[in-house]
Amino acid sequence: MSLTTAEPVRETTAAPPEKPKKRSRMRQHPWMYLFILPGVLYFTVFQYLPLLGNLVAFKDYSPFLGFSASPWVGFSNFTGLLTDSEFLTALQNTLLISLLQVVVAFPAPILLALLLNSLLSDRVKRWVQSVVYLPHFFGWVIVISIWQAVFGGVGPMAELLHALGFGQQNVMANPDTFLALVTAQVVWKEIGWGTIVFFAAISAIPVERYEAAAVDGAGGWRRTWHVTLPGISSVIVLLLILRLGTVLNVGFEQLLLQQHAVGADAAQVLDTYGYFRGVVGGEWGLATAAGLVKGIVGTALVIAANSIAKRAGQGGLF
Amino acid sequence: MTTVSRPPWMARPSWPVQALKAVVIGAIVLVMLYPLVYVVATSFSADTGTVAGTGLLPEHYSLQAYRSIFAGNVVLRSLLVSIGVTLIGTALSMVVSIGMAWGLSRTRDVPGSRFVLYAVLGTMLFTSGIIPNYLLVKSLGLLDSYWSMVLPVVANAFNIVVLRNFFMEIPRDLIDSAKMDGASEWQVLVRIALPLSKAVLAVIALFYAVGYWNDFFNALIYVNDHAKWPIQLVLNQYVVLGESINQAGPPTTAHLPVESLKMAVVVIATAPILVVYPFLQRYFTKGMLTGAIKG
Repeated sequence: MSLTTAEPVRETTAAPPEKPKKRSRMRQHPWMYLFILPGVLYFTVFQYLPLLGNLVAFKDYSPFLGFSASPWVGFSNFTGLLTDSEFLTALQNTLLISLLQVVVAFPAPILLALLLNSLLSDRVKRWVQSVVYLPHFFGWVIVISIWQAVFGGVGPMAELLHALGFGQQNVMANPDTFLALVTAQVVWKEIGWGTIVFFAAISAIPVERYEAAAVDGAGGWRRTWHVTLPGISSVIVLLLILRLGTVLNVGFEQLLLQQHAVGADAAQVLDTYGYFRGVVGGEWGLATAAGLVKGIVGTALVIAANSIAKRAGQGGLF
Repeated sequence: MTTVSRPPWMARPSWPVQALKAVVIGAIVLVMLYPLVYVVATSFSADTGTVAGTGLLPEHYSLQAYRSIFAGNVVLRSLLVSIGVTLIGTALSMVVSIGMAWGLSRTRDVPGSRFVLYAVLGTMLFTSGIIPNYLLVKSLGLLDSYWSMVLPVVANAFNIVVLRNFFMEIPRDLIDSAKMDGASEWQVLVRIALPLSKAVLAVIALFYAVGYWNDFFNALIYVNDHAKWPIQLVLNQYVVLGESINQAGPPTTAHLPVESLKMAVVVIATAPILVVYPFLQRYFTKGMLTGAIKG
């Protein structure tokens, strides 16, 4: 499984008989350069140029002085992070939320895929699929709005809890259960979408294996355990390793949208910290330093995860 | 008695297993759908000051919420902004992505394009952080501009890769023979490649469109002017924060939106996604995108 820079076979095997000079080959393809021009501009300006902006992490940046006039301060923004208790809270929350998502939100689609796969009726299967895929396409504002309607202080869940004798509860504003809430929201939104890749893996398992298992007298559960799961285990391992590589990424929008309800202690993560310190608070250097640390650690983790996946014989993503 | 000929590994399981599965599936579907039904039902309820009972049917059916929304101009204006950003953004995204995907589809022939391809793929590995992006948009003079909701997200490496894979599947002979007949690269793209890729183009366009429609991040960070807010920011203000929007000044809490009004805004913000969803779903269940991931 690779995110495919793979060229078609003909390109690698059948090299052109004679290789014209580079300059003249470039002249043969004026259209191709014109085609990629807007994209090249976009990726240069909006993806690569901002990397330079990370230098603000080493400055005492002031919007009035501008970039070049702001004084260099070395690593003091980075040491500043370590003494900022809010940063440490954000780091801790990020890791906690991420951990819960790996433990709960990661396996959930696997279980759902196995369950749906065991259904005999294709019509039911497709219908359930089209229901569970849907929330993936809702933006986080919509998702939080819907959750607030159902689980908020005036919603049916609060009424139900009240009727059951739990008193006045607002699940959406309770910092103590916020971790569970965030995880549940991710599961609700993404469980269906997550099944797609596992379905693809399941459908690649040769039917003969099921046949053989059935002939040997294995029932449904044992076929799932001994045929289906081993059949998709390599995909599971690969996705899990890659998921660990993005452990510092927890939904910025999801957390930001709920911060006013549960407070910063529960909902501050690295990205929201950067937003509040920088864009809102004007501590540009500090916020950029936080982003840069996250970016570097994140990239290193992804690359490390990928090479572990490769070494484990699963083939990397790149 | 009818006997369905099933292979043994597809035999009907015993009834307790079937019942258990049905219960679990039913519960999942309920958890997915009930919130949506509740929101729609509440939006069509007259505001009586009490909460709708089970929320499965509107309590005292009424269009009052929608009437008052469309009588004011806050939601209407934000809808126009969102529609404009979505249409223009999607068109631009498609131009950029098609150009990239086609231009990079023959890296062997076109010197330098392999380097560009790796540069594009590289953007999947890192993010440059919120502050550098903000400073860039600011220095380009795009703060409070509609373009700040389009340009920073106009292309996406993943979509380009998916499209490029698709273009590379087009038989080389087809392209070569068209060129023999005197077709230019442009004509090959427009007359051969694009018509052959209609389905994947539709999916990618819809993905971009849904992305623009749902976008909250860019508007939140780059657009302070309430008059330029897209629907998602208005939704956040009305429903998530529970504040009303005073077009002239900062948000006030003078007239707190009532529940049915809030839910009507949610319905309006969600409706376009529900409309395009069947089209989206028809394509991605065919495994088109997973095929791309699997390479």
